[in-house]
Amino acid sequence: MLKIIKYSFFDLVRSRWSYAYFLFYLLLAAVLLFLNNNLSGAIITLMNVNIILVPLIATVFGVMYHYNSREFTNLLLAQPLKRSAIFTGQYLGIAGSLSLSLVLGLGIPFAAYGLFRSTMIWNFAILMITGVALTFIFTSLAFNIALSNENRIKGFGYAILLWLLLAVVYDGIFLLLLASFQEYPLEKFSLAATVLNPIDLSRILILLKLDISALLGYTGAVFKQFFGTSTGSILSSLMLLLWIVLPLWRMRKTAERKDF
Amino acid sequence: MVSIQNLNKAFGRNQVLDNLSLQINQKGVTAILGPNGSGKTTLIKSILGMTIPDKGTITINGRDIKKDVLYRENLDYLPQIADFPDNLKVKELIKMIKDLRNKPARDETLIRFFGLEPFLDKKLNTLSGGTRQKVNLILAFMFDSPLMILDEPSSGLDPVSLIRLKEWINMEKAQGKIILVTSHIMSFVEEIAENIAFLLDGKIYFNGSLSQLRTKTGQEDLEHAIASLLLPSTPLRDRGKPPLRSCPAPNLKL
Repeated sequence: MLKIIKYSFFDLVRSRWSYAYFLFYLLLAAVLLFLNNNLSGAIITLMNVNIILVPLIATVFGVMYHYNSREFTNLLLAQPLKRSAIFTGQYLGIAGSLSLSLVLGLGIPFAAYGLFRSTMIWNFAILMITGVALTFIFTSLAFNIALSNENRIKGFGYAILLWLLLAVVYDGIFLLLLASFQEYPLEKFSLAATVLNPIDLSRILILLKLDISALLGYTGAVFKQFFGTSTGSILSSLMLLLWIVLPLWRMRKTAERKDF
Repeated sequence: MVSIQNLNKAFGRNQVLDNLSLQINQKGVTAILGPNGSGKTTLIKSILGMTIPDKGTITINGRDIKKDVLYRENLDYLPQIADFPDNLKVKELIKMIKDLRNKPARDETLIRFFGLEPFLDKKLNTLSGGTRQKVNLILAFMFDSPLMILDEPSSGLDPVSLIRLKEWINMEKAQGKIILVTSHIMSFVEEIAENIAFLLDGKIYFNGSLSQLRTKTGQEDLEHAIASLLLPSTPLRDRGKPPLRSCPAPNLKL
């Protein structure tokens, strides 16, 4: 499996797209930091970009990579390699290289700005952790969609739809429910709804870390109370992990049974 | 030894392999023949473990292929379509496969044999169909495995390369390997194969030596022998001309 990770990883690292992705983050972080001169402001802006863009890029890249490397996959399938090793290896290769673009692209400008001498280092770490987690989550979801759909157009369609659902539609429905049931106590409900969607969970984790939860009103206080405790942080990390492990498990199952 | 028992595979409603059983114990070349869509490639892909059969077992050298994937270490496969990752050079692809298999390889002998030296530094997507097939051949023959499965090995090759390919296959045969070949070019099959397995509608219709096939069908020529397996009642030669029917003149009333 290590060899497959290596080949998938270098295949992507050499490609133009991961350079473009890396340069985009490099430029964005540099502009935000050196024009704004405000670490915490830059982190909030980057969080907003991250929670929309990272899932989108990971989904599209994951689906695209799977369809484009079909020949490579077929070549591997005739070798004495386990199917689960082939697909897990490809998955780790692509998610790894995307995460590397993200971490280096954002990390270099922040390090140059003097992140390590400031108190913001933990806030930045949370930004990175959620970014990497979202990359791994959405790449594994993308691999599932691509494996289950032979038709590329359908696969791409479902992938974009999934991203749209989790990144936009989910929040829309969430807000609608909050607005229409505002007479009722909704703290428990909103807490659960947030924890269940990895994008919302990432957003809340960063917001709470940045101490601007006061903006969220009473709900913010409930959130703070929950996520501030060790149970809360363990539960949210567990949730992110579950979002990676479950799709990965299903991907391996699907791969075992598929005809190539 | 390849042993296939009661293999069933359906894609949707289409029953591609229908309770197929086949034993291949004899060394040398066994040609798997059959019309388009008779299940040849599905059969081959089942042996390779790329297609998962609905029912039935396949054992290679006494080991069930479902149990583990290591049987593929002693198996070489030439896919029907020479599709490779586009952004790699020929050299890199060969190196990668060697790295994945971790076995001694005779790639240099093969590159010289098929005259592929000038293409080693070219990217795979710039190669012509025939050259890609040569790369395909090199990847398949590289590891000197006792069992070889070749799906349409002659496709896209020029006459010189085709002669080379036959030479190479004959050399492998002399080493006592089991080689499974599919092809639609009967003259090629006639030259290299000793045994024929004939597939139709996912079943084996005939399995035996080339001379057995000739005596069974009474046809000297392989093409006609196969055709008469397909159409047992009348020899193909007489079927070419349908009886002339008189055409009724159109009745035109203006």
